[in-house]
Amino acid sequence: MSMIKRVRKSGGLGQLLIPLVAMGILLLFNLFRDPGFYAIGVAVNNSGNRVLTGNIISIIDSASELAIIAMGMTLVTAACGGQDISVGAVGTIAGSIFVKALKGFSSINLGTVLLALLACCLVTVLFKLFNGTLVSVFRIQPMIATLILFSCGRSIAYWIVGSATPQIDSPIISAMGMTIPGIPIPTPIFGVILVGALLALIFRFTTLRLYTESVGVNEGAARLNGINPILIKLLSFVILGLCVAVAGVIGTCRMGQVSHKTLLIDIEMDAILAVAIGGNSLGGGRFKISGSILGAYIIQMLTTTLLAMRVDPVNIKAYKAVVIIIIVMAGSPVVKNRLTTLWNRRRSGGLHAASGRG
Amino acid sequence: MLSKNTAPNLKVREPMTDAQLLMTITIAIFVAMYGLAMIFMGGGFLRTQQLFDLLNDNAALIIVSCSLTIVMIGGGINISVGGVIGLTVMACALFLNDIGIQNSGLCIFLTLLLALGIGLAFGLLQGFLISYLDIQPFIVTLAGMFLARGLTTILSVNPVKVTHEGFLTLVKTKATISWLGYTAKNGNLIPAKLEIGAIVALAVVLLVYLMLRYAQLGRHIYAVGGNQQSALMLGINVKRTRFMTYLISGLLSGLAGFVFLMHKPAGNASVAMRSEMDAIAASIIGGTLLTGGVGNVIGTFFGAMILATIQKIIALSPLNESWWQEMANGAMLGLFIMLQSVILSNRGKRGKAKVQAAGRE
Repeated sequence: MSMIKRVRKSGGLGQLLIPLVAMGILLLFNLFRDPGFYAIGVAVNNSGNRVLTGNIISIIDSASELAIIAMGMTLVTAACGGQDISVGAVGTIAGSIFVKALKGFSSINLGTVLLALLACCLVTVLFKLFNGTLVSVFRIQPMIATLILFSCGRSIAYWIVGSATPQIDSPIISAMGMTIPGIPIPTPIFGVILVGALLALIFRFTTLRLYTESVGVNEGAARLNGINPILIKLLSFVILGLCVAVAGVIGTCRMGQVSHKTLLIDIEMDAILAVAIGGNSLGGGRFKISGSILGAYIIQMLTTTLLAMRVDPVNIKAYKAVVIIIIVMAGSPVVKNRLTTLWNRRRSGGLHAASGRG
Repeated sequence: MLSKNTAPNLKVREPMTDAQLLMTITIAIFVAMYGLAMIFMGGGFLRTQQLFDLLNDNAALIIVSCSLTIVMIGGGINISVGGVIGLTVMACALFLNDIGIQNSGLCIFLTLLLALGIGLAFGLLQGFLISYLDIQPFIVTLAGMFLARGLTTILSVNPVKVTHEGFLTLVKTKATISWLGYTAKNGNLIPAKLEIGAIVALAVVLLVYLMLRYAQLGRHIYAVGGNQQSALMLGINVKRTRFMTYLISGLLSGLAGFVFLMHKPAGNASVAMRSEMDAIAASIIGGTLLTGGVGNVIGTFFGAMILATIQKIIALSPLNESWWQEMANGAMLGLFIMLQSVILSNRGKRGKAKVQAAGRE
């Protein structure tokens, strides 16, 4: 009995139970509502490539930016016990730098795109280091520290490019934002896989995960054990910065332009939501990146489902709110405890009855 | 908190608490900023009406900032206030246009009740979820924001203008103070005008100040925000106190919506967009800490006035573009946050040094 309990405690599925159930319910709901929801077809797009189409593909594709940012957000949340609300604004800055750099080069080829990507990663990381310094060195609450860039980041992006919606047009850009010729799967999906795999490798081969969790659980204890909390927090912001840069570039390439008003709009809220739906504590400490990724896809799934049900796009937020409240209520410790007590009582009651009969 | 570290046998004057110090800085900066605007921009800033206009235009912001200060002192956060204002404005505008009663006094009273009711409903729901089900405030109020914004567009996607005569007369009713007015070029005396909304906002600031300072609930909110465990051990009903902060916040958001409608009698899907962040910024500039337990609503009032002054200065200057204003707001916020952090950490060090010195003696 005690063995089973220990396994259950250390088993990783516990945290993922609620998001998995939520995803399952959404999938089942769509199956009963309209089995055609899952149809996947092949179509020829504007540039003559064969691409996969269908709701599922579109969900996985359009959740890419959210999933990438949610991964970084999980790390920051775990290390600092707070969230970065400037990711959307800084992602827009990343897109602006990318476009600005490409406009500076005479031609757009693989080399210049890589250089532009490098430049935008660098700038984004610098901005995130600003946030990270405020949080780690000056000990300001993450939400407050990032409120600065949240309120002026989009203006900085506008200031960088100098016009409302500068466009870039090149086969490489559309390959990055939509599909690579010959591969029917949208490219942003590979972006998610790449970032996820890199993070998984980092966690597998370094002590980053352990250090981040220990800083998040108890900073003082972590310092006494020789971990530098400032460094770990800064590192989490750097990783978030790289994630944001990738997401910003994907978003820019998808649109073929950078619009400082609409690029990655409200993504900070969705990313925090994804982290919370994934069962991670917003107060820091132990975390599961897979939960956050799942959370991101749940949010996108919900949006697509509501759209498929012909809900007016402007009204989606209200329905989304109701589902979110239900999911977080199911994950609430109070409700969980109540249900566990109820379950145990019923089971022990059943056992008594069984022994009585026996 | 740190001021209590001084040993009793040391004869030192009771130094200012952190909150008082931060508030003093905020007021000083507001006065300095307004003074500089008077010197360099002249014109409107020399008239009392300019100050009154700041109050008239930002009455709703001042009220929600007060509500956010209460929640933040209690150690929580509420980002649904902007959404609730938007929903209240839309619902009240539609209600006023559809209502068939001719008695305008009753009409307006019913509208006020509707506004407060919407706020109360959000406050009740969010407070219950946060304090009794122990769900993270950020997520609950984020969902609240989504819900309010979604309901607003469900009510009407198109802008709704209030056509109710009685309400429009209320909108035009202004308190005139003739001795604060100025003489126009043609020799007419133009009295200074203060809208009802601004008076309501000032009353809210005063009431919240008194509540936080003297009422039992106010003291409980500080205690819960400062340290939940200690508050629990002191026998304070922590859950009920946290619940009450969200309830008051919801009510005040509803009131802010009504005040907003009195200033601009039209509902719109984008009313008070992102005003929750402005309200948080005002509270922070006013010296409220997001960690809870520290804050003062007078500081918040001046914080909101600083944001309003920046907006006015940029609107009157040649840099009149929204992105300049956003950048100035960001810079201002950054300045205050750094200032607070530096001051608090310096005081922390000095406090420790003092205690050590006292110990050595």
